[in-house]
Amino acid sequence: MAMLTTCVVVLFGLSLGVGPAEVNWRDSFAALVDDSYGPLTLVMREIRLPRALLAAVIGAGLGLAGAALQGYLRNPLAEPGLIGVSAAAALGAVVALNTGLAAAMLFGLPLAALAGALVAVFLVLLLAGPQGGSLTLILAGIAISAMASALTSLVLNLSPNPFAASEIVFWMMGSLADRSLVHLAIALPFVGGGAVILLRLGRGLDALTLGEDAAQTMGINLSRLRLLLVLGTASIVGGATAVAGAIGFIGLVVPHILRPFVGGQPSRLLWASALGGAVMLQLADLAVRLILPDRDLKLGVVTALVGAPLFLHLIYKTRRGQV
Amino acid sequence: MSATSPSEQPAHTPPAENLSIQNLSVSLRGRDVFRDVSFDIQPGEFVGLLGPNGAGKTTLMRAALGLIAAKGNSSLAALTAADRAHAVAWMPQAREIAWPIAVERLVALGRLPHLPQGARLTPQDQAKVDQAIDQMGLQPMRHRAASRLSGGEQARVLIARALAQDTPLLMADEPAAGLDPAHQIATMEIFARLAQEGRSAFVSLHDLGLAARHCTRLILMGDHGVLADGPPDTVLTPDLMAQAFGISVWHQQTAQGPVFQPLEVL
Amino acid sequence: MRGGILIALTWLWTMSTVMADPVRVVSMNLCTDQLAMMLAKPGQLVSVSYIARDPDASAMADVAQGYPINHGLAEEIYLLQPDLVVTGTFSAPATTAMLRRLGVPVAVFDPATSLQDVAARLLQMGAALNRRDAAEELVAEFEQQLAAFDQVNAAGANTGDASGRTGTDADAGRPRAALYDANTYTSGPQTLAGQILEAAGFANIASELGYTGPARLPLEQLVMAKPDMLVANTPHDSPARSEENLTHPVLRHLSTPQTTGQIRQADWVCGTPHVLRAIDRLAVERRHFTKRDRAQ
Repeated sequence: MAMLTTCVVVLFGLSLGVGPAEVNWRDSFAALVDDSYGPLTLVMREIRLPRALLAAVIGAGLGLAGAALQGYLRNPLAEPGLIGVSAAAALGAVVALNTGLAAAMLFGLPLAALAGALVAVFLVLLLAGPQGGSLTLILAGIAISAMASALTSLVLNLSPNPFAASEIVFWMMGSLADRSLVHLAIALPFVGGGAVILLRLGRGLDALTLGEDAAQTMGINLSRLRLLLVLGTASIVGGATAVAGAIGFIGLVVPHILRPFVGGQPSRLLWASALGGAVMLQLADLAVRLILPDRDLKLGVVTALVGAPLFLHLIYKTRRGQV
Repeated sequence: MSATSPSEQPAHTPPAENLSIQNLSVSLRGRDVFRDVSFDIQPGEFVGLLGPNGAGKTTLMRAALGLIAAKGNSSLAALTAADRAHAVAWMPQAREIAWPIAVERLVALGRLPHLPQGARLTPQDQAKVDQAIDQMGLQPMRHRAASRLSGGEQARVLIARALAQDTPLLMADEPAAGLDPAHQIATMEIFARLAQEGRSAFVSLHDLGLAARHCTRLILMGDHGVLADGPPDTVLTPDLMAQAFGISVWHQQTAQGPVFQPLEVL
Repeated sequence: MRGGILIALTWLWTMSTVMADPVRVVSMNLCTDQLAMMLAKPGQLVSVSYIARDPDASAMADVAQGYPINHGLAEEIYLLQPDLVVTGTFSAPATTAMLRRLGVPVAVFDPATSLQDVAARLLQMGAALNRRDAAEELVAEFEQQLAAFDQVNAAGANTGDASGRTGTDADAGRPRAALYDANTYTSGPQTLAGQILEAAGFANIASELGYTGPARLPLEQLVMAKPDMLVANTPHDSPARSEENLTHPVLRHLSTPQTTGQIRQADWVCGTPHVLRAIDRLAVERRHFTKRDRAQ
């Protein structure tokens, strides 16, 4: 835990120091607190700070959401991106943008994304059942993702704005490029609120390790747990996707890597995955800036390159009952 | 072995019986599983629940716990989830261990109902956990991942978990299934000792021999209800065994206690 | 079937005879639409692309109302029975290939990347439509006006060489502007927009940063370059994530006298004489800026 926290802090610093405007480190950080650096102060405060903060906040949220979903479904393949929740949130966001809802009210964009995510989580839990069998879970995810992506494309194609049609990549792959403090202000209440909800579910998720009957007789109110899980996950994914697009695989990779370090216990995995998620997204965002600085490489590309092979590995292990 | 005196039990536990069921009926998909089942379980009783496959043993236990909808009354089903967790510990038949949690941590989950949100185990909690681990002979494997143990070992871990919950009533669905003979007997003896200490155990069983030797009382299910309810001698009769299971039996009191052996299918 | 072949043969025959003087011309590209509308004889141009009527993109949206529109699909173009199709290099190459396979002559126009290209495209269209005289007339008019601008703007910008491309000497004293577009794109000196900017008497920030063509200009670099003025596109009414960079709060903080500068419109899109209007409007902004700058 201490190590993860250190990583988050170090990466946050690195993230502030890296950008296309090549400035030395001392000046960069001085400009952050000192107004006298002119445009550099603007760059640091208005461009790099929101980006670094968003990477930490959204990464933490997605890691946490993955750990909570896995704990509830008792399935290591559960992840907001893979089960279609992120795609549905993106659909909500795109609809809000194109109907003017996002412009009409302050939190219209994240609320619409939250609504999309809510529908998807609810559908997945309905389709996959409480036990969350791998096959139904993945099939439900494929169906919901396909539907949401198709509708997102449709909305973007119908938009009279000529640029809209080309941005399906952003909504499906996610990016933190040129996000502002406004975006942080939009996302933070939702990701933070969802995180508060999910972090309090540890006890119930621990009990669920032994199955639903056992959990219920250990004093866990399962319908309340399910409701809170759905709300918390949707809130995080909604807030994150509204400003950064759908970033997949963080909720899959991070809990999987950290599970052995917390002795497999779902409650301890929640906190660890939040920190780990922040680390992973910060790393991914550094990677897109360092590897191809002059292309707008999408975050989802990096996370998928890491996550998809692991996903395949997990499917293989699940088939052999070794998870 | 620390006997739990009644004064240590939670105040809201019903004083007279640990489980009281009146006119309980469950129907699934329009078919009655059982109708109008009534019985009480008193402190000090080790009750075995017998019956052929499909007689509704699991359904009865889950309905008594309030885990499925039922008509009639059950004292446990009337409690809130939190209160129920202090009144009964339940070991379901499906031995689910979702994550590779160390045995001692898994057993410690039994203390969950006794801890406030986010609190750590107190030394008293830890003592209960250690005691449960000792009772089920899990000391050699306490640091191993429970999900990677053999089926029988997992069953013992889950029984230990239920013991650690430290409730007046312990209910278990087929706890002896899949255990080797030594652990079957040891498990039955632990339940019997709980009963001697003034608590109760309510356990479904398929091994009639174990039921004959260890239980203080048997409930036999069949024909959508209770066929017989009483001390083992009055339930394990040739007539009732023929009616319920369609088998002939050999049942004798011996110097080593009662011996019961099913013989052949009638 | 035999009818089809017959029609095709008839067509081939008509085409070979009328190629020199096409009578049914269809345009599939916004820029060829405008060139053709300027140069075609009455009745010669039978259809323009639907975008030609979009006032956000087309400098001749009003004129385009008078023409039937097409959507650039091979089928509908073919059924219009054109004896010449004019289109851009990069618009729907599959359609172009299909039309050629069906025996329809297609004249392809490269996008204009400089002010010189405007004259070249006018002459090319004049040749394609057999309207060379009209084209030469327009070219002469265009070059005369452009020269007039160069003189005025060169004087206003205190520099002797208004057409000077990137040299810092030539740019000295000129206000520094950044072209800023959706998806954080900017335009260097070897683009039509870059040359419009220079013709209006501005120095292009993209040149300072070493960009020549269209390029992605990270928001950070834009801020660090401290442009005197930001020449951005007007965002469309319906929002798109691609245009959010145009409204990023950091742009409000840029200490430019006026950063609105969202004056790029249809006049900037195509290499037609309409770029003169763009230069004119931009030059007005530049004179405002210089006046304020001197007043301070």
